[in-house]
Amino acid sequence: MDLLRFITAGSVDDGKSTLIGRLLYDSKSIMIDQLEAIEKQSKNKEQGEIDLALLTDGLRAEREQGITIDVAYKYFSTPKRKFIIADAPGHIQYTRNMVTGASTADLAIILVDARNGVVEQTRRHSIIASLLKIPHVVVAVNKMDLVNYSQDVYNNIVIDYVEVAKSLGLNDVTYIPLSAMYGDNIVEKSEKLAWYEGPSLLSFLESVEVEQDINLTDPRFPVQYVIRPQTDDLHDYRGYAGKVISGIYKKGDAITVLPAGKTSKIQKIEHNGVEVDEVFAPQSAILHLEDDIDISRGDVIAKSDNLPKTTQELDVVLCWMDNKPLTTGNKYLLQINSRVVKSVIKEIEYKLDVNTLQKTDATSAGLNDVIKVKIKTASPIPYDSYSDLRENGGAILIDETSHVTVGACMIQ
Amino acid sequence: MSKYSLDYLDHLESEAIHIFREVAGQFERPALLFSGGKDSITLVQLALKAFRPGKFPFPLVHIDTGHNFPEALKYRDELAERLGEKLIVRNVEDTIKAKNLTEPKGKFASRNALQTFTLLDTIEEFKFDACIGGARRDEEKARAKERIFSVRDEFGQWDPKLQRPELWNTYNGRINKGENVRVFPISNWTELDVWNYIRREKIELPSIYFSHERDVIDHEGQLVAVSDFIKLDATDTVLKKTVRYRTVGDMTCTAAVESKADNIDDIISEITATKTSERGETRIDDKVSEAAMEDRKKNGYF
Ligand SMILES: Nc1nc2c(ncn2[C@@H]2O[C@H](COP(=O)(O)OP(=O)(O)O)[C@@H](O)[C@H]2O)c(=O)[nH]1
Ligand SMILES: [Mg+2]
Repeated sequence: MDLLRFITAGSVDDGKSTLIGRLLYDSKSIMIDQLEAIEKQSKNKEQGEIDLALLTDGLRAEREQGITIDVAYKYFSTPKRKFIIADAPGHIQYTRNMVTGASTADLAIILVDARNGVVEQTRRHSIIASLLKIPHVVVAVNKMDLVNYSQDVYNNIVIDYVEVAKSLGLNDVTYIPLSAMYGDNIVEKSEKLAWYEGPSLLSFLESVEVEQDINLTDPRFPVQYVIRPQTDDLHDYRGYAGKVISGIYKKGDAITVLPAGKTSKIQKIEHNGVEVDEVFAPQSAILHLEDDIDISRGDVIAKSDNLPKTTQELDVVLCWMDNKPLTTGNKYLLQINSRVVKSVIKEIEYKLDVNTLQKTDATSAGLNDVIKVKIKTASPIPYDSYSDLRENGGAILIDETSHVTVGACMIQ
Repeated sequence: MSKYSLDYLDHLESEAIHIFREVAGQFERPALLFSGGKDSITLVQLALKAFRPGKFPFPLVHIDTGHNFPEALKYRDELAERLGEKLIVRNVEDTIKAKNLTEPKGKFASRNALQTFTLLDTIEEFKFDACIGGARRDEEKARAKERIFSVRDEFGQWDPKLQRPELWNTYNGRINKGENVRVFPISNWTELDVWNYIRREKIELPSIYFSHERDVIDHEGQLVAVSDFIKLDATDTVLKKTVRYRTVGDMTCTAAVESKADNIDDIISEITATKTSERGETRIDDKVSEAAMEDRKKNGYF
């Protein structure tokens, strides 16, 4: 059984929370006591049906305002797969929350209200999905019950979205008409949508190939921690603990430690306390090298025949996540995997309108803005372009005084 | 399936090990909060995988309410001994005396809330900057929103509206003086995942997780163990039942489930078939209000 992480996106009231509630409910992942609790609350809302959205809106403020504020993580599994859902809020003021949920997603479900079709928010969510390079997109045309399950309505939405997908370079898009409220095409295929020939949403989620999304060709191993027991019997033990974020490492491989550029060979590999011949992404492991070279947390062990770029000048698409604005010349800490370096915003090239993709000149950025910037770091960092290797091309900016995470960087 | 495909438990395990090592790399004085329950036992197993053959870069810390199951305490002491890792125990009893706190009254007088005082004192005593805990997002709605690195102010408070964005697998553990971070390596695990992992790794558990006979009373449909810590009413009938525990907390606020499952396979089949959530079935303290957990977390609770 493997694992699929997905995010749901859509405008307020498109039915995200209902859809997730429906998936949990129909896959029998909701327990009686949880149902009883939401049944009680649904009655307070004077609704006949139970309000499945209440399953995911976990904070008091969310229940009071009837909206989703922060990303809620939900879990369910079928005999085929375990699923991790990030239910992210749709409103523009919560763009940063959506970016957070999207950063680890293998797949995005973008909801469209069949009555409204492709709207500005659909475009924004799709732009975010494309910026964050979510490998698979499902366009779920919801509330089909409210348009008499009409094939024409659905087809027109598909025609519109194909244009959006083309302009954003989204090349793995699947379209499914459904009704989250009544469960049409969620788990079982609905007779009311007999004209639709594809799979139900759940069978699609169960079968979409995600294994190939794990990069096994570009070996990257950021060192997190050095294990040195320094006991009598393990006197010379020196193991580099970390996670293979991409690629495969084998005993005997020639490696280079970056950013310093020193070279050695892999002498021994441990995985879960056992010596093995190879490790691969996303396994955690301990690597031992033949030579005694100075390596510490934040260094990257890469294979010598396949090196990441190492530089102090970065071109970055940045989603700004703080209330305090970003301006040219501001200094932040930049963290990429386990490496943290000081950095300065050199230049803002443009601001991207996340609804239209239009680029405009800008000298500062506010909360939820997406901008293109040049960043200079105080020391070199090994990285890959985000579009080539998500695992080694995403970085965060940290405010040195408040310590808060203020930006999400997609390195170009 | 290629030889490079992983089971979902391998994904979850690697993610948790990665989080453990981030704690070791980012903090000066971390601690692993150990309760003797299955989730913290799972954490210990993951820590072994993250750091052996080295020692844990943190002590195990237990906040002992004085109302614990003796089986869980025995397990705790034996585990620390066997692993050769440092165990720190701080007692709620001592905090109550030192701070003149008022013990809750009533039939199931729970020290669950008082536990927070001892926890915060212990954090201060040892200047812990990160506390690793076994909370899971599937347990409860407020937890579903919590970050893996969750920053708490010096009063231990969680502000759900001011959470840091947490992107990719990059964890920002930077804090101001006096703040600390609660870290949840098994955030993405469900109850069933934990049980499946315990089975796969052949992890030993305290005996109360398996079916045994016990004197209990029936309190509004929940079976509560008879102990020195609860007051029986004249109307209570003591029943002898065959039970096991699904979670292990205080004897005053954890209910047992009737079960004949005396091995892990049977437990997993029962849990797969069950229709009630773990907290709903076994926690007497969560029923108070819809936002009970959110409120307690805001006040420093785990
Ligand atoms: N008729 C109909 N109503 C729906 C459907 N899905 C959701 N709704 C309703 O639309 C409203 C908004 O749903 P909700 O799940 O809260 O949307 P969210 O803001 O995207 O999370 C609620 O009143 C739902 O009951 C559907 O398929 N058909
Ligand atoms: Mg919602």
